[in-house]
Amino acid sequence: MDLAFFGVQLLNGLQYGLLLFLIASGLTLIFGIMGIINLAHGAMYMIGAYLVYDLTQRLGNFWLAILIAIPIAILLGLIIERLFLDTLYKRDHLYQVLLTFGLILVLNEAQRIIWGGDVHSVSVPAPFDASLPLTDNLQYSVYRLFVMGVCLALAGVIYWVIRHTRLGIIIRAGAVDRDMVEGLGIDVRTLFTLIFSVGVALTAFAGMIAAPLTSIAPGMGDSILITCFVVVVIGGIGSIKGAFWGAILIGMAETFGSVLIPSLASMVIYLIMAAVLLVKPRGLFA
Amino acid sequence: MLHSYPKRVHFLLLALTAIVATFPLWGKAVFGGQADFILEKLTLMLILALFAMSLDLLVGIVGLVSLGHALFFGLGAYTLALASPEFSPASLWWMLPLVMAVAAAAALGVGLLVIRTKGIFFIMTTLAFGQMLYYLVSTSPFTGGTDGVFIMFRPSLAVGETSLLNLDDPYVFFYFCLGVLATGYLFLRWLTRSYFGQVLDGIHDNEHRMQALGYATHGYKLIAFVISGVLAAIAGMLAAMQYGFANPAQLGWHTSGEVLMMLILGGMGTVFGPILGAFAYEILLFLYEHLTTHWPILMGLTIIVAVLVLPRGIAGLIVAPPGKAEPSKAPWLRRLVGKGAAASPPEVTKRRVQS
Repeated sequence: MDLAFFGVQLLNGLQYGLLLFLIASGLTLIFGIMGIINLAHGAMYMIGAYLVYDLTQRLGNFWLAILIAIPIAILLGLIIERLFLDTLYKRDHLYQVLLTFGLILVLNEAQRIIWGGDVHSVSVPAPFDASLPLTDNLQYSVYRLFVMGVCLALAGVIYWVIRHTRLGIIIRAGAVDRDMVEGLGIDVRTLFTLIFSVGVALTAFAGMIAAPLTSIAPGMGDSILITCFVVVVIGGIGSIKGAFWGAILIGMAETFGSVLIPSLASMVIYLIMAAVLLVKPRGLFA
Repeated sequence: MLHSYPKRVHFLLLALTAIVATFPLWGKAVFGGQADFILEKLTLMLILALFAMSLDLLVGIVGLVSLGHALFFGLGAYTLALASPEFSPASLWWMLPLVMAVAAAAALGVGLLVIRTKGIFFIMTTLAFGQMLYYLVSTSPFTGGTDGVFIMFRPSLAVGETSLLNLDDPYVFFYFCLGVLATGYLFLRWLTRSYFGQVLDGIHDNEHRMQALGYATHGYKLIAFVISGVLAAIAGMLAAMQYGFANPAQLGWHTSGEVLMMLILGGMGTVFGPILGAFAYEILLFLYEHLTTHWPILMGLTIIVAVLVLPRGIAGLIVAPPGKAEPSKAPWLRRLVGKGAAASPPEVTKRRVQS
């Protein structure tokens, strides 16, 4: 493998990893603060991608589509939290698993009813629809670099909010002892709604900016959900830092795995997870 | 976990068994030409009931929520498919032990990794290991990829040259599955009432205290995990015999989710609940599929409603209607674990079936 090709794969792995982080951070936030395991998280990624596809078709502008899709995603998160999750906080994980599994069936089928079973794609939007020449026959998509930049910026914002703001203090405290936070007079109910909506918006947004890079297909949320579970298990549940490094690790492993050992590529991430579990059963950063 | 059922439960189970077992007698009269099709569905329900029951040992009795139970179901199916000779039926005398051994080895391997984790970690890791096998099977060349493997001949049960049971006959196979399910049920009832089962019950209620009492709880949980996996693999093998093929979908996590749904619908921790759940789930599925091509939306809504209004399942309604107290657990265990005498009774009864 020559250096330029290696470099391209490195960038691809990084880009994929950063995208995974956006999804996994929502998953880990929702679990860490609210104690809810949300299987429908992947379905929201899919909804994000389809929303942007639909709106781009209608409006003819990708950026406008994203601008409109984000509030829709937040609203959807709000509705789900208020309508269904509200009753589940005090109950066993089992019921959360089942209820969100039911949500997956509903959301996946709703997608089929609204957008059908076909595979769609969204073209790379201007002004990022160019490629940077690396060598004579290798080039790199500017849009991928843009996605990387956006993900990194969002990761920075999440880090800043959690580390350096009052809201961040409440979130961290809530992850440690929910009852105590409530006892201090903080409205945990509203906090939960906020966290869930933000988490859902993050994963839907990941689906939106990933839309020009992947094929938009039914069930696309299921596979990404499992990958993100692996990320969260490796990083440690509830840890944003863990989600970040776990996502980068898995992004790299999957990208290089499919190039170097194609026959075992789909297994690589699970083998890594098994290895981490052997050494640190609670994840690397928990 | 319940150690003795109210009389009405025994009565109900016997009545249901009688109705199902006599189906070949009255099926033709009621369903006419559809009878063969219904028999096939009933056989499948019996198999799925065994599958759901095997999960109950893990979820309802020990309190470990697994979202990767389809791993063992699919493993049973694939072991049968891959180990069967191409041009002649395999013998069940060695196929059944082989399936059980493969499942036990896999459950031991996975169990050693996941049993140390708890709660949400257990859910996620079992899910991930299930998907690992799913991807392995659907991408590797010798398992037929996403198409799966066809099984040309059902295994035979014979002594020497004389066939004991002709499993190719749908009626014989139906009774065979009924027999396996009944054996599985009696085995699990015996297991949960044994000393081993009482320790599992104790782990469910308070693992730390069981550890403090000197029980190697990880070991107990691991054995329960292996037993549960082996039973699921037997169900998977029967399902593959029924369908005539092994398919990656049998391994996928949607199958794990569905069996969990059967368990909740029926009522977990009761051993007999999952049987009712499997039947109820399959009947609902059958109705919804006839109603609309978009049946998953109806099934999804049913799951959501069941979780919200019927957390203890059908069995919960039968065993302890609102206002009726449940039978207590073994006195020695109550004394050791200390719930019941000291804790407030309502909380104990609530936790029993719910958690």
